[in-house]
Amino acid sequence: MILDGKAPTGPIEQSWDKHRFDMKLVNPPNKRKFKILVVGTGLAGASAAASLGELGYNVEAFCYQDSPRRAHSIAAQGGINAAKNYPNDGDSIWRLFYDTIKGGDFRSREADVWRLSQVSNNIIDQCVAQGVPFARDYAGYLDTRSFGGAQVSRTFYARGQTGQQLLLGAYSAISRQIKTGSVKLFPRTEMLDLVVVDGEAKGITVRDLVTGEIRVHTGDAVVLASGGYMNVFYLSTNAMGCSVTAIWKAHKKGAYFGNPCFTQIHPTCIPQAGDYQSKLTLMSESLRNDGRIWVPKKKEDCGKPANQIPEDDRDYYLERKYPTFGNLAPRDISSRAAKEQCDEGRGVGPGGRGVYLDFRDSIKRFGENVIRERYGNLFEMYERITDEDGYKVPMRIYPAPHYAMGGLWVDYNLMSNLPGLFVLGEANFSVHGANRLGASALMQGLADGYFVIPYTIANYLKDTKPGKVKADHPECAKSIEDVKGTTKKLLSIKGNRTPFEFIRELGIEMWNNVGMARSKESLTAALSKIPAIREEFWKNLKVSGNGAEMNQQLENASRTADFIEFGELIARDALHRDESCGGHFRVEHQYADGEAKRDDANYAYAAAWEFKGVDKEPELHKEPLKFENIHLAVRSYK
Amino acid sequence: MSAQTSEHGAMTVKLIVWRQKGPREPGRFETYAAKVTEHHSFLEMLDVVNEDLIMQGKEPITFDHDCREGICGTCSAVVNGVPHGGQTRTTLCQLHMRKFKDGDAIYLEPWRARAFPIIRDLMVDRGALDKLIQAAGYVSCHTGGVPDANSIPISKPDSDYAMDAAECIGCGACVAACPNGAAMLFAGAKVAQFAALPQGQVEAPERVAAMIKAMQECGFGNCTNHYECQAACPKGVDVKFIARLNREFHKALFKAKAGTFTPVGE
Repeated sequence: MILDGKAPTGPIEQSWDKHRFDMKLVNPPNKRKFKILVVGTGLAGASAAASLGELGYNVEAFCYQDSPRRAHSIAAQGGINAAKNYPNDGDSIWRLFYDTIKGGDFRSREADVWRLSQVSNNIIDQCVAQGVPFARDYAGYLDTRSFGGAQVSRTFYARGQTGQQLLLGAYSAISRQIKTGSVKLFPRTEMLDLVVVDGEAKGITVRDLVTGEIRVHTGDAVVLASGGYMNVFYLSTNAMGCSVTAIWKAHKKGAYFGNPCFTQIHPTCIPQAGDYQSKLTLMSESLRNDGRIWVPKKKEDCGKPANQIPEDDRDYYLERKYPTFGNLAPRDISSRAAKEQCDEGRGVGPGGRGVYLDFRDSIKRFGENVIRERYGNLFEMYERITDEDGYKVPMRIYPAPHYAMGGLWVDYNLMSNLPGLFVLGEANFSVHGANRLGASALMQGLADGYFVIPYTIANYLKDTKPGKVKADHPECAKSIEDVKGTTKKLLSIKGNRTPFEFIRELGIEMWNNVGMARSKESLTAALSKIPAIREEFWKNLKVSGNGAEMNQQLENASRTADFIEFGELIARDALHRDESCGGHFRVEHQYADGEAKRDDANYAYAAAWEFKGVDKEPELHKEPLKFENIHLAVRSYK
Repeated sequence: MSAQTSEHGAMTVKLIVWRQKGPREPGRFETYAAKVTEHHSFLEMLDVVNEDLIMQGKEPITFDHDCREGICGTCSAVVNGVPHGGQTRTTLCQLHMRKFKDGDAIYLEPWRARAFPIIRDLMVDRGALDKLIQAAGYVSCHTGGVPDANSIPISKPDSDYAMDAAECIGCGACVAACPNGAAMLFAGAKVAQFAALPQGQVEAPERVAAMIKAMQECGFGNCTNHYECQAACPKGVDVKFIARLNREFHKALFKAKAGTFTPVGE
């Protein structure tokens, strides 16, 4: 089936304004008759719930954490992009639009990216009004810095904790609505099923993580803002509780999954130190503003202390290969370059899986104090984990799974193919194409929540009768039975392997065969291995305790079960996309210099997969991508 | 806890952990041996212990954790009497076993405060902190309709001061460390952040009055200047913000007397 993204036609610079006018509104007194369920309280979810509550809708907000303030948006360090052009360095909405399309390797929808670029400026205004303490210069105006894939300085930041400060802003906004009663909060509550009635999303089934109670919440629309799925690789920069569960359950109820193979491996993370490790820690890409990345030229130097390797024997490979962008080359390119160096045997640190990120020259130029002021907390974090002082010896970094560009397929209104189901932020597939630029995730989360969904949801609700589905609907009872059945099944296997062992096994398989370099062979191998892991899981899982209590092992088991099913879909999507683009690198498709080789004639489309059953092949639907404003070209950062 | 780094490689520590099935169940200490390496983080050490417990058919230890990089504020346990384990400016998840010695005995308890009921083992309910923010920890601006971000310059010192206060991750270590179970550092940081910014000054008197009222309703104690909160804070939030809270509260009282604002609930 050919999917329609419903992007507006006509001149792109008027597309969002015109669309806003064309959409229908819900009359203010009628808004309170509608109930909207928002799953997830990160940047996208909290900003959406707050904004919808302000408009007068009844909102119920759900998060698995004990407080909305703990959603993983909080861990974003570097910054948020906006086309303000405050530094007068040539930025504009057009340029942010262009950089984002190009950065995404021409696999996103133009109109969506235009809208994102346009509202980026409103986001900064909104956050400042909330009291977000962005960095400022001595005249009192907002400061900016540069990020990968851009030649202008458009990234606003709050020390190394921009995500934290923006989330606290959104959290304060949702807290204000909780006080007024327009938003009802359900913390420590996890969505385990989507209730679909006559093809429309009308509720969710959740598990209260404290009491174990399984119950249904019905509503007139469901908004999923449940984040990304990179924990499918087990070791990633995501929080331990991040999972694919909410969107996977929606997928199993009919929502198409868009471009699952577009996964981002972040170039600057602290390398893995041992098998026991539970997560990987990211070091903000902003460090690449002042740090220089290198490896020893000679393999025999790799074991030596870095400071004993003379300047001439160092290979600043990003500066050498990409003189224009240098250390600020986009993430996919930087990650692959690091892997290449290590594969050639020139990596440093344990197992030779690391490259240096060196601040020596910047410290010489600006002094240690300036570097400390810019990145102090990151240096501290590095020292705690590695026991090394980044001011004295170069940091060691290595790529790690970080961000999912793929997610549930949505149209221009952020509505999935299931009417009434909206998907925001990292959970949807929309604006980043095959690779996300740094500091654009925060921008997208807040754009979707503050400035898009409040308009587009009305366009759906205006044709909907409020309160159509009540909790006594047969579909609700069926959903509860299904969730209870799965929970019971997980607890009753009583095998010999813990959920942790299974997710680790899956993660290793995904990283080795569906990771940074993919091939037909590796993907085919993964497609035979993952079902075997699934079979073993349902035969040999061991979960302690019972379902009617706080049970973290049961939570892990249920998320792992979904990751195993989902891992297969990533591999399948990666195998079908017989080209390289952005974060999806097929070794069969590269230029002589190792750059990704796109195939626009055959693959300039978004892949949207329809679930057909756990053991059945999903069906592929395509949304052709049209590039009317930006010329499709080979991406070059040289 | 010992500050010395042990020998490289393997180590065994004795864990004495608070186990409690539910808020109304009696609790007790139980002892386990943890065989790890000095490179394990503290929570990875607990992972190892839990995997062992599950294989032995015993209940694993329930503990709150999420980002494991020191920013979400979820992890929360008292280690040898000190919230987060006592390494300066370090959350429990960022504490590593190299800070302990082979053979050390480590006591592990939940946050203990009247406002934080225990859910299970080391996990407590910190919803009271959310209630403080819901009371008035915000600037009442509607989405949209705000001025250009650069239309109100804010001096760098004011902005830096607000950011120092905004570093708080809401973990509740300050409450757990306080002999009175007070949330003055948490509330003070929020009041000070907004009081330092032009955007927050309009509602400053209402904010401080409402937050103090909510602190009392939630069962938090009062400040008697022990400064244990600052010592325990993994983000280094300064007790000067408690002084600012008190100052803002007094300013609000004068304003109430002058009739220029009415405290919430009166």
